[in-house]
Amino acid sequence: MPSGLLGIEELDRAEIEAILARAKDFQPLQSQSNKKLDALRGKMIVNLFFEASTRTRTSFEIAAKRLGADAVSITAAGSSVSKGESLVDTLNTLGAMRPDAIVMRHSASGAPHFLARHLPTPIINAGDGTHEHPTQALLDARTILDRRPTLEGIRVAIIGDIAHSRVARSNVHLLSKFGADIVLCGPASLLPVELKSLAPGVRLTNDIRDAIRDADVIMMLRVQLERQHEASFPASEYFRFYGLQLEHLELARPHCIVMHPGPINRGRELSSEVADFQRSVILNQVENGIAVRMAVLEKVIG
Amino acid sequence: MSLVIKNGRVIDPASHTDRVADVLIVDGRIAGVAPDLSSPKAAVFDATGMIVAPGFIDMHVHLREPGFEHAETIESGSRAAAAGGFTSVCCMPNTKPVNDSAMVTRYIVEQARRGAVVNVFPIGAITKGSAGEELAAIGAMKAAGAVAISDDGMPVMNARVMRRAMEFAKSYDIPIIQHCEDLNLSAGGDMHEGAQSVRWGLRGIPAASEDVMVARDLLLAELTGARYHVAHLSTRHAVSMVEHARLVGLPVTCEATPHHFALCDAEMHAYDSNYKMKPPLRGDGDRAAIVDGFARGAITAIATDHAPHPGSEKMQEFERCPFGIIGLETALALSLEELVHPGKITLSRMIELFTTGPDSVLRLDRGTLATGAAGDVTVFSTGLEWTYDVNQSASRSRNSPFDGKTFRGGPVATIVNGEVVWKKE
Repeated sequence: MPSGLLGIEELDRAEIEAILARAKDFQPLQSQSNKKLDALRGKMIVNLFFEASTRTRTSFEIAAKRLGADAVSITAAGSSVSKGESLVDTLNTLGAMRPDAIVMRHSASGAPHFLARHLPTPIINAGDGTHEHPTQALLDARTILDRRPTLEGIRVAIIGDIAHSRVARSNVHLLSKFGADIVLCGPASLLPVELKSLAPGVRLTNDIRDAIRDADVIMMLRVQLERQHEASFPASEYFRFYGLQLEHLELARPHCIVMHPGPINRGRELSSEVADFQRSVILNQVENGIAVRMAVLEKVIG
Repeated sequence: MSLVIKNGRVIDPASHTDRVADVLIVDGRIAGVAPDLSSPKAAVFDATGMIVAPGFIDMHVHLREPGFEHAETIESGSRAAAAGGFTSVCCMPNTKPVNDSAMVTRYIVEQARRGAVVNVFPIGAITKGSAGEELAAIGAMKAAGAVAISDDGMPVMNARVMRRAMEFAKSYDIPIIQHCEDLNLSAGGDMHEGAQSVRWGLRGIPAASEDVMVARDLLLAELTGARYHVAHLSTRHAVSMVEHARLVGLPVTCEATPHHFALCDAEMHAYDSNYKMKPPLRGDGDRAAIVDGFARGAITAIATDHAPHPGSEKMQEFERCPFGIIGLETALALSLEELVHPGKITLSRMIELFTTGPDSVLRLDRGTLATGAAGDVTVFSTGLEWTYDVNQSASRSRNSPFDGKTFRGGPVATIVNGEVVWKKE
């Protein structure tokens, strides 16, 4: 199998630490007037997005360009995918154009893993179905570490539609490898009990107050209406029981930060006041996304 | 036309035979089982060191003809059956068109007569188009050669329709086979619901989707008195419910597949569609309950659910791939490997599960080496090492998770109506 990045689960702590350290090197670059390096000059990266995405696709594109690589972005609508070409054929065609890596988002869990078995080109998973979103977990870890000395022993509450969240899965794998205390919270229909066995150090609760108590980090998930195949919860009362509101934050540690992978739904999973709260680091996450993806691209291609 | 199979260890559970002997077949019928049999004109097959058993019956295969000949034909499927030691197979009706009429049943019988190297017995649909609404022409299909009815792959969801179907099945004295799955509970699922599906972000098919259907059907079987058979049973609760129904005397039987007793969800290769089937590979406890169910007599047949799909359909995103794997050529070897070699069941019990077990449901008048019985014989080894190479398969499809697996023991020769239709090279 070529060395791409398919998930956090298969990475070890040292590999993650190396990426996070390298991302830190790239952080100052983001605010310089000349943001361009030439580490990947002459390299070609294809962003292949089978699922709508603005921020992740743009973030990868900017990361590639800041490293001096050429980047082409393809979205499924308008490509041959919508003309009935199979996934394998599409990727074989792109592979024949000899890109140095394919960054891929797909609505089917495991789609990049399946392709990685059949293609020589390294594949970077930019989100597969409800499975993993490795670069999101890496940028979340970078964002926490910008404010806390270590991930070890910190308490992280992840709240929302855990069942359908690739962000949650990748974060659980990453945080667990560093010895964090992880509380997953949501209504029972979105919080299968088997999640407990995803990684060591995971606890489940259906009570948002219980989840937030003494938290160092609160990660809110987007309520993914597009991934709901059925009515898993009564939407009308979701915010009342699982939406994050300012008064909840009093239960958390005083320095507790609020994270969200975006795009946020004000009034659905968090109140507008929380979104604009001074310890909300949602925009820092976006900024770190570029530095982390530069580190990942450099690791995979460089 | 005679054939004598010399010096094998003849195991025929139906006639309580287990001894080294010769088997003589004359004009397609068993003429005798005894030491030192000979007939001046008989061809000789030397079975020294081998097991000689009544021809194996696979009561659950998909031969894909008519309609999906790119995946399998009656002829290619029958050759895969022969290579797996099966002398008879029963083909499910989910063809195109669905086998829901005497016309389609007759077509299958005719195609089998022309091209099949083993006996092929069609299974007719329960409802028209297997749509679960209107009953198919059950009596006419039986008259044309159907040996059972089933809407395999498309469970009869409407309990009232199932009740009526059972009543008709009872009237015509034909067994009714159900693929037990509550489609509302399993909707959209791609694998067993459990730790592994949650880890991989794949939608789950809960064990309860099978259990609630088995429970409902057993109550309906009691209500109607129909002969009812659970196809490819996969959960521990289903095993115990069927066992209970049998203990209280209902005419209820069930089968399990080799992949359900050989594998569990934790052993799947991630996102590899050769591990995707319905019912899905369950938890290890379910697998253990199936093995135990064979030993205790709760499960009465091993059936493969041989389900060929061409490579192009299996080479997709996991959630888009069709369900099912091929299984005719590996069933016997997996049974030896998982059931007999570890001492879970005896060799004789395994042979029952391939012969008298299915025959007691289907009444094919096969499954024994008694004098006068059909001259169907399976010769196999219990120790010969061999490796399964799916690219050498007689099937038109290649979808097997057992490619490359090395087995101890497997089929050696398959004899149908006194004729050697397959022999190990």
